[in-house]
Amino acid sequence: MARAPKAAKTAATALSSSNSVSKEDLLNFYREMLLIRRFEERAGQLYGMGLIGGFCHLYIGQEAIAVGMQSVKQPGDQVITGYRDHGHMLACGMDPREVMAELTGRAAGASKGKGGSMHMFSTTADFYGGHGIVGAQVSLGTGLGLSNYYSDNGKVAFVYFGDGATNQGQVYESFNMAELWSLPVVYVIENNQYAMGTSVERASAETHLYKRGVSFNIPGAEVDGMDVVAVREAGLKAAEHARSGKGPFILEMKTYRYRGHSMSDPAKYRTREEVDAVRKTRDPIDHLQERLETSGWADEAALKAIDAEVKKIVADAAEFARTAPEPDPSELYTDVYLETAAQ
Amino acid sequence: MSVDVLMPALSPTMEEGTLAKWHVKVGDKVSSGDVIAEIETDKATMEVEAVDEGVVEAILVPEGAEGVKVNVPIARLTGEGAASPAPSAATPAPEVVAAPTPVAPTAAAAAPVPAPAVVLADPEIPADAKLIKTTVRDALRDAMAEEMRNDPTVFLMGEEVAQYQGAYKVSRDLLQEFGAKRVIDTPITEHGFAGLGVGAAMGGLKPIVEFMTFNFAMQAIDQIINSAAKTLYMSGGQIRCSIVFRGPNGAASRVAAQHSQDYSAWYANVPGLKVVAPYDAADAKGLLKAAIRDPNPVIFLEHEMMYGHEFEVPEGDHVLPIGKAKVRRVGVHVTLTAHSRMVGLALEAAEALAKDGIEAEVIDLRTLRPLDHETILTSVRKTNRLVSCEEGWGPMGVGAEVVARVVEHAFDYLDAPPLRVHQEDVPMPYAANLEALALPTVDKIVAAAKAVCYR
Ligand SMILES: Cc1ncc(C[n+]2csc(CCOP(=O)(O)OP(=O)(O)O)c2C)c(N)n1
Ligand SMILES: [Mg+2]
Repeated sequence: MARAPKAAKTAATALSSSNSVSKEDLLNFYREMLLIRRFEERAGQLYGMGLIGGFCHLYIGQEAIAVGMQSVKQPGDQVITGYRDHGHMLACGMDPREVMAELTGRAAGASKGKGGSMHMFSTTADFYGGHGIVGAQVSLGTGLGLSNYYSDNGKVAFVYFGDGATNQGQVYESFNMAELWSLPVVYVIENNQYAMGTSVERASAETHLYKRGVSFNIPGAEVDGMDVVAVREAGLKAAEHARSGKGPFILEMKTYRYRGHSMSDPAKYRTREEVDAVRKTRDPIDHLQERLETSGWADEAALKAIDAEVKKIVADAAEFARTAPEPDPSELYTDVYLETAAQ
Repeated sequence: MSVDVLMPALSPTMEEGTLAKWHVKVGDKVSSGDVIAEIETDKATMEVEAVDEGVVEAILVPEGAEGVKVNVPIARLTGEGAASPAPSAATPAPEVVAAPTPVAPTAAAAAPVPAPAVVLADPEIPADAKLIKTTVRDALRDAMAEEMRNDPTVFLMGEEVAQYQGAYKVSRDLLQEFGAKRVIDTPITEHGFAGLGVGAAMGGLKPIVEFMTFNFAMQAIDQIINSAAKTLYMSGGQIRCSIVFRGPNGAASRVAAQHSQDYSAWYANVPGLKVVAPYDAADAKGLLKAAIRDPNPVIFLEHEMMYGHEFEVPEGDHVLPIGKAKVRRVGVHVTLTAHSRMVGLALEAAEALAKDGIEAEVIDLRTLRPLDHETILTSVRKTNRLVSCEEGWGPMGVGAEVVARVVEHAFDYLDAPPLRVHQEDVPMPYAANLEALALPTVDKIVAAAKAVCYR
């Protein structure tokens, strides 16, 4: 493929903040982040009751990333991520009922109960999964970018992956092609500081992950992933860059996961104090709540009302997921192949 | 209104645990995210966080209580959380109802696998050997530790093998004994570290490369096959590669298609590799020690659902030959072949069949490449009937190979067409009921054995 012509550029290392958010935006962000938090708390509870099986990776602590980035997406832009996917699906607008019902393995789940926590998809929400193999989504997402470039549709692929995933070889093979062919891709590294029990320092020779595109000439920026507005601002620039034909952009979101890697992680590799300190001082939801209250855009009662509304949605989703029927046994053999069109 | 806090499951296989510590007392106010208790299983200690806000109204299970069943109420909260009460504990979890197989979960590891009717002495184990009850997990660890003590060129590398002590705790204490130079935590970069391992083996070391599970070895399979398996041949015998690739293989519980695959047939297809898949702890230890000593690349397939099971292991330097099957139960009417976890299912099926007057001979393949077909042929020449059992897919599988060898070498002895029991020909589904349908089961083995006996 010929290298597409492009404007000259320099690697950005910091993105300045403008004021692109309204009161309504902020209230929406608050509601969506809270929905993810409450949803995940409930998922953890259902797991503890044996209603959810296998691996279940919660997004608690990282909500500002999915929500802030979602706000810069345009209709038709694609999203793809790994197994820590519940928050992204809710942010994409998937119905909490279908997500929770997939977690409990029911026919009404997003993947008819066949995929579970790590493997969910929604073509209507332009959500391409939900992938269990660390790093695989980076090449797949770059391929979504290739499909956009090929059909010249003006869409951008948003590709999420963890700090641990940044060490997989296919990430760099993808980076090279994305830049070489100026593919419209925004790479979002969710740096929550740990890959299972391994901290970034113990796994990565270069710990500033936004620099990982330097040898491919891909610009990158470090972002406070606990601040939904900062996420949005950075996302706007990155998406604009990708959409205008300048090629990929890397955003390193500094964040933290509050819970264990999955439900069965005893988390001995970090201290309770470390977790509590982040919770107390950097929590993305508390942060936004404070911002809303000090700006006078919402009082405690208004926020409580949002909380009550969100709790109701989550309780409804949990009840639905608990009582919905399992897939029909005949579903075991469906969706392995598509019918070949009659000649 | 009040809400019950229930004993949580920490893993798909946990059934009960110890309530190690309470962090709250009656009257304390808690909010979502607060640690309220610590619970323990044989694998881990975990903190229980409050999901709802409220005030602790009652502590229902005292600190130190052991064997607390999952889903039993352990405390009661009053307050805001009551707006979204936890779903009733009386609802049975579907996972428990549809547990995919009768294999005892880790928490109940002591539950015995049914003893075969005739217990056979292994000719490799001296009659006076002292036997020690050991889990498969610890037998594997002991094998690595002993070989590392014996040979300074042996080292272990993989994801979470050192500080975390292994994702499944198989490498427990190895970092402490051998240090960070010989027990190496890698980044998540399977293709890279498998290649480094192969290169280090070419350089004269004896690496043990752990894959967190064999599903992730797919990232590395090029180095395993194109480099490890073929280089001796391509170099006219000059370049050696003494390396073990090990880790759990096959279906775990409810982890769906990308994390539940049996790769036995994939690797067993490749000349230049040896492929071992033990069932019990003694074989796990004896064969892993042999694999580490072997001058060739060895694929060592473990099974997550077997790690917690206890078996007797001979004390001392217990090494078994690679390439020898084992008759686990003597019978005359039908031969059942199996490897890895499926051996347990085949033994259970044999017990069930015995009740109907069918005595099955159960052969544990133990090594898939080279396949010990003499042991299979000897058995089939006696029973005249064959059912192969495997966890993987049927087409082009281990069973296909076993049946082909029998047809080639013992066709005239067969009284019925052989049958294969295996996973249904679909990717592993997540839903509990579909997963149970997809997996090979004791019932499926019994039905196949009856069919070849025309019963
Ligand atoms: C290829 C591959 N190797 C290993 C694993 C096991 N595994 C699952 S998640 C994970 C850690 C990933 O950490 P990171 O990329 O930082 O994402 P996070 O879990 O923090 O969101 C590992 C090792 C896997 N799923 N796929
Ligand atoms: Mg991480």
